Amino acid sequence: MGWFLANSGHVFDLAGQHLVLAILPMVFGLLISIPLAQFARQNSTLRSVVVTATSLLYTIPSLALFIILPSILATRILDPLNVVVALTIYAVALLVRAALDAFDSVDDDLRQAAVAMGYKPAARFVQIDLPLSLPVLFAGLRVVSVSNISLVSVAALLGIGNLGMLFTSGLQRDFVTEVVVGIIAILVLAVVMDAVLVLLERLLTPWSRASTKPAGGASA
Amino acid sequence: MSNIFTDTFAWLADPQQWSGSSGIAVRLAEHLQYTALVMLIASAIAVPIGLYVGHTGRGRVAVVAVAGALRALPTLGLLTLFVLLAGIGLMPPVWALVILTVPPLLAGTYAGVSSVDRNVVDAARAMGMTELQVLFRAEVPNGLQVMSGGFRTGILQVIATVSVVAYINLGGLGRYLFDGLVLSDFPQMLGGSLLIAGLAIAVDLILALFQRLFLSPGASAKPDRSQPAAVDLTDPVTAEAVVQGGTS
Amino acid sequence: MAEAMIVFENVTKRYQGGQPAVDALSMSIDKGAITVFVGPSGCGKTTSLRMINRMVEPSSGTITVAGRNVSQEPAARLRRSMGYVMQSSGLMPHRSVLDNIATVPRLNGVPKAAARKRAAELLDVVGLAPVLGKRYPSQLSGGQQQRVGVARALAADPPVLLMDEPFSAVDPVVRDELQQELLRLQRELAKTIVFVTHDIDEATVLGDKVAVFAVGGKLAQYAAPEEILRAPANDFVASFVGRDRGFRHLAFNAADAVRLHPVKMVQSAERTVADGGPGEWALVVDADGRPLGWSSPRDGTGLVPGGSLFHRGDTLRRALDAALSSPSGLGVAVDDDGRVAGVLKAAEVLALIEETRQNREERP
Repeated sequence: MGWFLANSGHVFDLAGQHLVLAILPMVFGLLISIPLAQFARQNSTLRSVVVTATSLLYTIPSLALFIILPSILATRILDPLNVVVALTIYAVALLVRAALDAFDSVDDDLRQAAVAMGYKPAARFVQIDLPLSLPVLFAGLRVVSVSNISLVSVAALLGIGNLGMLFTSGLQRDFVTEVVVGIIAILVLAVVMDAVLVLLERLLTPWSRASTKPAGGASA
Repeated sequence: MSNIFTDTFAWLADPQQWSGSSGIAVRLAEHLQYTALVMLIASAIAVPIGLYVGHTGRGRVAVVAVAGALRALPTLGLLTLFVLLAGIGLMPPVWALVILTVPPLLAGTYAGVSSVDRNVVDAARAMGMTELQVLFRAEVPNGLQVMSGGFRTGILQVIATVSVVAYINLGGLGRYLFDGLVLSDFPQMLGGSLLIAGLAIAVDLILALFQRLFLSPGASAKPDRSQPAAVDLTDPVTAEAVVQGGTS
Repeated sequence: MAEAMIVFENVTKRYQGGQPAVDALSMSIDKGAITVFVGPSGCGKTTSLRMINRMVEPSSGTITVAGRNVSQEPAARLRRSMGYVMQSSGLMPHRSVLDNIATVPRLNGVPKAAARKRAAELLDVVGLAPVLGKRYPSQLSGGQQQRVGVARALAADPPVLLMDEPFSAVDPVVRDELQQELLRLQRELAKTIVFVTHDIDEATVLGDKVAVFAVGGKLAQYAAPEEILRAPANDFVASFVGRDRGFRHLAFNAADAVRLHPVKMVQSAERTVADGGPGEWALVVDADGRPLGWSSPRDGTGLVPGGSLFHRGDTLRRALDAALSSPSGLGVAVDDDGRVAGVLKAAEVLALIEETRQNREERP
């Protein structure tokens, strides 16, 4: 505790960097995977190509990806961009799948009804498909969030600044407290991010709360 | 920049790199050994508990909660903590890996058993199977597809995490990454990374093939979409998402 | 009085402090007969069925099968001694059809080869082609799966067969087929069958006796189906049995006494515009005398599809329907070879119905 108080500024700095490295890939992942999923829905070949390709990329361990990417992106090995790109790849792999499931989960009758009422495809997608897909998308986002926050720390092995630095330096200095603080800080980040996402989902999908609460006290 | 690829290729193609006590062959064998050891211990813990929870439904909430909580635990943090507390050697990192691997295997086994159509289980019992027969003749064979999904996820995760283990002075393919980092030998790092990526993909493909070859064609028939399973763990990414979240 | 096979004595099932699902049920089920439990959902009919093989344990009361208290038998052994067929076929997806049928004999220790041989025989008994034996359940239609379910239940030749809404998930045509098939099988096998359904029509078609359950797990009436349709015990049974019960009850009266009249017939090959003739319908038949349809008196050119056919030995319900469904108002009766035997008239069938009713009243 004493160490944490003495070094809280440092820890908060690292936490800030950690958070940026974890959140950016979520945003990019979402921006890429939603159109990609919508595109993949066009036909089953496209769909299986997208799904297979993303899951193959997902198989590559992060540490290896952090090192392979600089030679493709022409970045330095220490560049945080490598981490952002690697985690974006993982996020896309998970979110494309979630988005496909989410769009599939939208009742087709509803879609037909929207078409029958005169919605144009783009408006229908934004006003019908997307909002109704939010619960499934958020489930995917929450997984991405937790996994990103854990994965970012691995980048510390290459010297990229984040809470994982507490592990590497703790190991070098044989200092358990630092490692424990790092673990706790990461868990706290994960829990806070999860809570934020849950809150955001609630704000964006007010109708799903309405339907989970039955109107009357009727029992079977 | 242009010669990084040729250098890496040269490094990979160099027969010298493949033989000897720190050659690729030995590192690969080490990597697979650690992976096998972790999987063995983790399975011995996770499978019986998963079968029990799946069959009886008891402790379901606890399993989901524990798997969820462990998902947020940073691999690297746990690894360093174990090494600092228990010292350098083979077993401390192995135990850390076991702790990280039990949840996906447990959740996969549990999900496998509980994914089996309740009507099939009901019918098995109605025909006069004992509880053990219900488990091993109805639930396990039909849940195997989902279970092996959890297993694949677990193995991939261990292969990934074992690369990190080299950081604390153990062998495995991860050595090339850290040795290369210290020496600023980028071709060696890239070569090592490509080997790790190749290993992960190869193992996953082999497991997928096994899954296709050895599971009963009846049980591996397209799942009935009219009755959606809660999760499709047959697919590694979804399984990963549900069970753990993230390689290391 | 028939010999009792299964006896419920004051059986109650209560789920965790709630209302009883089955309330003080006492009844005796005849050996070698089909007894149908029927009622709306939540009436405890399935729970009652599942207590017989201890899939559900009663909260109080006793159930005996062939004089033995089921709670004294090891559950697994008890269940192997009874066939069980359920709504979703419950077939093991990972086993071939033959191996599915062989399940219980295998559990009883019958060698694999012998069990499969028996399974192949049963495939034939339930009317499935031998090639289907090697398929997996997912490769069969719903109706075929239910047949396999029945074969599996029969595999160990159990004296008792428990059937939980086995035909309710298949389409009406297949359901009708399966019902007739079950009746045919039962004529040969004479098992004690307990059959659960929510469909009163199915109950009256299949049951030697029908037990109508009311919500709350009470037995509302237990009688022969004819009696339930003719004399419902109370308002609940009357409303459950439904609006057409008077008409459906006709299915329990033979129409042997109905009069058959000759009819003007034309062979389809010889048909001409004039056949219908002024004011008279003509029955169009094929070369063997089997009915094809009617030729209208107004417009003799078209073939008007006929109504339902009345076979020798059919009931008053069929007779009346044959007359009412025919475009000419004349019900076509055919002999065992399907050749036209004559026509019957609705008014005469109604007269016969009234006569039957009076006879019943005069009888003590």
